[in-house]
Amino acid sequence: MTKSYSGRNFVALENIDLDLPRGSFASIIGSSGCGKSTLLKIMAGLTPPTSGSVMLAGQPVMGPRVETGMMFQQATLFPWLTAIENVLLPIGIKSGKAAAEQARQRALDLLSLVGLSGFDNAYPSELSGGMAQRTAMCRMLITDPEMLLLDEPFSALDELTRDFMNMELQRICMSRQATALLVTHSISEAVILSDTVYVMAARPGRIVKRLEIDLPRPRTLDMMTQPEFGAYVSEIRNHLDKGAFL
Amino acid sequence: MTIATDRQHEFPETVWTQRVSLINRLPQPVAITLLVFAILAIWQLVALSGTVSPIILPSPARTAQDIVEVGASLFTGGYVFGAFLITLQEVIISFLMATAIGATLGMIVGGTAFGERALMPVIVAIDTMPKVAFAPLFLSWLGFGIASKVALATFIALFPIIVGAAAGLHAADENARMLFRSIGATPWQTLVRLRIPMGLPHFFTGLKIAAIGVVGGAITGELVGGGQGFGALIRVAASQLDTPRVFSLICYLSVMGLMTFGLVAWVQRRFVFWHRSSSIGNG
Repeated sequence: MTKSYSGRNFVALENIDLDLPRGSFASIIGSSGCGKSTLLKIMAGLTPPTSGSVMLAGQPVMGPRVETGMMFQQATLFPWLTAIENVLLPIGIKSGKAAAEQARQRALDLLSLVGLSGFDNAYPSELSGGMAQRTAMCRMLITDPEMLLLDEPFSALDELTRDFMNMELQRICMSRQATALLVTHSISEAVILSDTVYVMAARPGRIVKRLEIDLPRPRTLDMMTQPEFGAYVSEIRNHLDKGAFL
Repeated sequence: MTIATDRQHEFPETVWTQRVSLINRLPQPVAITLLVFAILAIWQLVALSGTVSPIILPSPARTAQDIVEVGASLFTGGYVFGAFLITLQEVIISFLMATAIGATLGMIVGGTAFGERALMPVIVAIDTMPKVAFAPLFLSWLGFGIASKVALATFIALFPIIVGAAAGLHAADENARMLFRSIGATPWQTLVRLRIPMGLPHFFTGLKIAAIGVVGGAITGELVGGGQGFGALIRVAASQLDTPRVFSLICYLSVMGLMTFGLVAWVQRRFVFWHRSSSIGNG
């Protein structure tokens, strides 16, 4: 798929060309303001591209799609709903109360999958940052999305929790054959999770490097100490727009 | 720097002595009570010293005596009770009307382009006017009954509710809206299930300001336009130089204000259980 996007005399994204095979994991890495979030919004069907198109399973994306699930840097849980009500929210919005009630067992299974069994009736204020983000993950997964769009989902978490969550994410993506696109600021996170890493530069937002990560799956945190891993990290670092960080 | 155990004795004792000021050690209710007593004591001393005429400033003891007197009439169904009921009636009607009109206008301002671009500037313009100055107008339009007082109190209480409701509808952040759109929520679903619950804390902040405002509005209306409420009693007492009576009536009015404010705060705690609001009331 190809798309470019411009608005108000300002080219946010120029000639972006991404191809995400089904079941693959891709990351986009780049400095702040390079249009990563705009790209994600376009892919989710929340904003139309100026030219070009997004194709999902052979169909053009013309608006928000059921097959797409999203996660943000903030858990964005709703404080008046319990954990399980938050997880069931997408079902309730789409198919009504009865359908949400029927999906209750599935929501409980998802919560226990991410280690939150027993917290289904807790309110978000009673959850830690990592627990809230795991709840948000369940909410994304409840509709069985084929495409996961992840906007720095774990960057607000501490490093230990973050590593754990990344391994969880890999496990979930592999078991569901889901396609994932992760926007991140962390080079090592991008390398450890991805099949393909895209390095973006700003003004105009464009892809400057496409790098295949040829490490066996499932990936483990131990791989971070291997020389190949270090080679990928330094290659990506060399392609990052250094001026943007000054 | 490493500290070997056998060399520990070379380091001086480093236990901090923490000074905790007296005010930090007192429990808050005790601190408040002490302050109130201090104020009353100074007041009593000034009154006893005879430098101020008792007509200007009656002693706290004299005021307390009058509070008991007014209380006796209030709680036995005397004329103060009648006045209290009239003012309370004005306050309740005004508050309900201001809530209904304010919520409606706030939804229009916060939820529609017309409201935001055309209605809001007009509302802000009206809000800058000193609303008390409208009292004589309401009086000539609606007469000396409770209608003119209700109109003034409603008018005064309306604006914080509009602003609270309108601001509340914009309280949901970008990600929450994106999430709702990405799961295919209709604008109606987004309003009912995201924007309204997210805005309730703001709305209640407006309601709490309004709950105090309606009492002030009703009394202002009564001071200007007579009638049989508390404001009229205050005006009569003041014109007879019965200052202790004015003071004690004001005390009971503050109880009325506390009651309306407390009621709104209680409802807020029930309905917006997820939001801890401060006792000062800024949502």
